[in-house]
Amino acid sequence: MTDTTQKSHAEIDESITSRQEMSGLQAALKTQPFWVFIALIAIGVVMSFISDVFLTERNFFNITRNFAFFGIMALGMSAVICTAGIDLSVGSLMGLAGIVTGLVMQAGYGIGFGFIACMGAAAIVGLINGILIAYVRMAPFVVTLGMLAMARSIAMVISNNKMIYDFGPDQELFEWIGGESVFGVPNPVWVLMILTVVFWWVWRYSTWGRWVIAIGGNADAAKLAGIPVERVIVSVYVLCSCCAGLAAFLLVGWFGSVTNALGLTYELNVIAATVIGGANLMGGVVYAFGAPIGAALMELIRNSLLLAGIDALWQQFFVGLFLILAVLLEQIRNRGRS
Amino acid sequence: MSLLQLEGVTKSFGAIHALQGIDLTISEGEAVGLMGDNGAGKSTLMRIIAGNFLPTAGKIRINGSEVHFNKPVDARNNGIEIVYQDLALCNNLTAAANVFLGREIRKKFGPISYLDHKAMFEKAAELFRELKSETRPRDLVKQMSGGQRQAVAIARTRLSDPKLVLMDEPTAAISVRQVAEVLNLIHRLKDSGHAVILVSHRMPDVFEVCDRVSVLRRGTKVADKQISETSPEEVTGLITGAIENA
Repeated sequence: MTDTTQKSHAEIDESITSRQEMSGLQAALKTQPFWVFIALIAIGVVMSFISDVFLTERNFFNITRNFAFFGIMALGMSAVICTAGIDLSVGSLMGLAGIVTGLVMQAGYGIGFGFIACMGAAAIVGLINGILIAYVRMAPFVVTLGMLAMARSIAMVISNNKMIYDFGPDQELFEWIGGESVFGVPNPVWVLMILTVVFWWVWRYSTWGRWVIAIGGNADAAKLAGIPVERVIVSVYVLCSCCAGLAAFLLVGWFGSVTNALGLTYELNVIAATVIGGANLMGGVVYAFGAPIGAALMELIRNSLLLAGIDALWQQFFVGLFLILAVLLEQIRNRGRS
Repeated sequence: MSLLQLEGVTKSFGAIHALQGIDLTISEGEAVGLMGDNGAGKSTLMRIIAGNFLPTAGKIRINGSEVHFNKPVDARNNGIEIVYQDLALCNNLTAAANVFLGREIRKKFGPISYLDHKAMFEKAAELFRELKSETRPRDLVKQMSGGQRQAVAIARTRLSDPKLVLMDEPTAAISVRQVAEVLNLIHRLKDSGHAVILVSHRMPDVFEVCDRVSVLRRGTKVADKQISETSPEEVTGLITGAIENA
């Protein structure tokens, strides 16, 4: 105990204030998306030895475009899962939104109206989901499971079970948005990149994002703190539906046609991508970069199996395997921490 | 004029009468200890004052005018802050985020407003320093000790300049040193003209900081005495029912 080693209280206080458990890089190392990203790279390196086609520009173009649609939906899904909810209706909603877009544009209303109708249909479905969950306090699983059946059925009714491939006067523009590229990057990938940055900002810097995370952590505490919990939950489901609507708009443009089977079983892929990307079904955890990374991993598995000449029937097996491994990894890391 | 005045506050849950005709007044800068055995109605009374639920009968007046609290925000807008017993914190957020939950500091860039993390960390650090707590604003609440969580919950109430702070067992789960700090804080609140209601099982704490003690037994108020005119033995007797009332 010498005087020279003693600091003033002010200094000690200051060091406590500015101290952090870890630096930014160390924090990134502890996140699930980071490790999934490492897995992505590892698979990529292995594949570059196995297949000559893998590293080609054409293959990357295809991979990124294929997962862009799932990535966009996963961004919305991660918000829902962050509130400890789930949205099973996104696949059916794609069918409904796609058909609505098709019908409006087929009738000659142009792309502006087509887009508004698409997003409007999505928003209405999200609003119904959200109100039933937040205000009527029904379980998200049940509400969205019901909506899964209802949205698909309405898509069948209004499409009269027919395929739509005539998109009126703006057909070319519509197909360009979904199917073409700018600077060699497919348009849906641009949309995904922009949305990912927007979501990153929202989770980090917006009050709304902060409130969503708080609700996922402790909804009662959020309520006591004066946060309008019900309204925020409704907005989360509307957002998730709008992401699915946007994905449908792009996907229909790429396909150049739409049937009421659009997006069938996509909800499972989207939820899997979101969970692989680090979302926790218990709520309170969200990473903007998790959604595209999770979606990318799933598409990469599909692509790799294809290029490695493994029977396509194995695809679902490996997607499921990675889903379980991702959750297991998260659990093991949590155990090490506590 | 008293800051807070309860008149005949009664609360029934079906056939159960949790509170029966409670009268209670608190003046500015006064600290009242609210004591009673488990189930005596302390928490129910606190929750009525905090706006968690409406009384079945009776009136609440603040500075002489009657108020109706339909939700906690109403109470907060009337200058009442509460530290909940379970602390009501979000484990997945940082200490600073919890302090500012629902009252985030925002900056404007054109039409876009965004969270001012720097200002919130600094202000939270300042509040923790005032509490002499070694709570780090950037730490996640789930990594914290009971005392640090308590500091976060108390720091929340210091954000606005409340007239009345309700504390539900603030010293129940923290270290001896931090008990002293929390009691110091209560002294400081009183000195700056804030009123405090302290619900506590710990007799020494109540006798240390409170001016008055009210005792509840089975939903009725059985005593309301100046600390200087009573003793821990008498209060214990009143709580258990060994002394009928005083």
